[in-house]
Amino acid sequence: MDSVVQQLLELIKAETIRCSLMEVCGTHTMAIARSGIRGVLPPNIRLLSGPGCPVCVTSQGDLDAVIDLAEQEDITLVTFGDMLRVPGSHGSLQEARSRGADVRVVYSPLETLEIARQRPERQVVFLGIGFETTAPAVAVTVQRAHQLGLKNLSVYSVHKIIPPALEAIFSDPEVQVDGLICPGHVSIVLGLEPFEKLAARYHKPMVVTGFEAEDILEGIGMLVRQLKTGTARAELQYRRVVRAQGNPAARQVLDQVFTPVDAAWRGLGIIPASGLDLRPQYADYNARRRFQIKPQQRYEIPGCSCGAILSGKLNPDQCPLFGKACTPTQPVGPCMVSQEGACAAFYRYQPLRSAEV
Amino acid sequence: MCLGVPGQIVEIQPDWGAVADVDGNQVQISVALLPDVKVGDYVLIHAGFAMELIDREIARETRQLLEELKELRQDG
Repeated sequence: MDSVVQQLLELIKAETIRCSLMEVCGTHTMAIARSGIRGVLPPNIRLLSGPGCPVCVTSQGDLDAVIDLAEQEDITLVTFGDMLRVPGSHGSLQEARSRGADVRVVYSPLETLEIARQRPERQVVFLGIGFETTAPAVAVTVQRAHQLGLKNLSVYSVHKIIPPALEAIFSDPEVQVDGLICPGHVSIVLGLEPFEKLAARYHKPMVVTGFEAEDILEGIGMLVRQLKTGTARAELQYRRVVRAQGNPAARQVLDQVFTPVDAAWRGLGIIPASGLDLRPQYADYNARRRFQIKPQQRYEIPGCSCGAILSGKLNPDQCPLFGKACTPTQPVGPCMVSQEGACAAFYRYQPLRSAEV
Repeated sequence: MCLGVPGQIVEIQPDWGAVADVDGNQVQISVALLPDVKVGDYVLIHAGFAMELIDREIARETRQLLEELKELRQDG
């Protein structure tokens, strides 16, 4: 390790300030768990995982609706690999596939265009999931489908946006967050502005942070600096990739195709204007409309603490199921299914830490 | 989910297509969200789309942070 970073680590280890810092990005969850940073921080600096994994925050009702769609005979369901194993009320997409459902996994949503073109007799539904980083790619795909006149392609959007979820968390008296490690790649699109507003409104320091261990340490150091000087601004640590103004082209296409709607988040409930649905001019591509899907209210999984974990109220190892009834091979809740889920990351790297102690 | 990989643009194609070199592999991507990108640029790629230029020249500001944190510690 670079000697400057080593010195920074020593300084943070000796820090006496008491604070809870939250990240809201699955890639940060993974990076923090893998680096072992949590284990070297003093007990007075807590790192919390917030609702940063789009798979984990997808509501049970949406999951069930999508799995029902996938099981219809003339439908091909296309999505990212992260979604396959997430348990709905009656099994996962992977299980639906083993029963004969046509479920395809893509890396780029644009691949869906080719799938739809090759099978004009089938309805091809793309499950659009992800935050501001991913939604613009799906927006481009919808516009391209429109240009190509593809009639058999539609999108079931469970896309969500981060700032309203942060407002919900900062307004919850049960959640103690003193500073925010802002999501690095969501910020590529958003830039600093939404975080500047949140920092001012809730008086909490925020730092857009990269994903190397050095980045995360520096982000923590920058948050501590703000807390000690009593400032609450949005700062940029991840400067090699994120620009203060964000990516205007991505925001433009996002705005052309999607409009904010109230959305259900697992663990956080309905958050106003936190989801993205297709605008009326793209209504023909809206799978909810094409297949007349009504919003469903489903009960959460019994015994599962994902809700409290996603809002930073509990650590994964405080859930009674953690590591016992719920493991990565036999997951009960979505935070254990998704590799980026707080529980899966904790489970994978925690034993190493306790072995060291 | 918001995982990004770095790549270098090796070819620009019509309709916002491009080929990027990712760890020695030639990957087909879209530059629809980064329209001004040029051959040779390093970009961050997410879900098959170039999302932003990577500035390889930018240095970390760790040393300055370190100094300020040391001072704050003495003040406190």
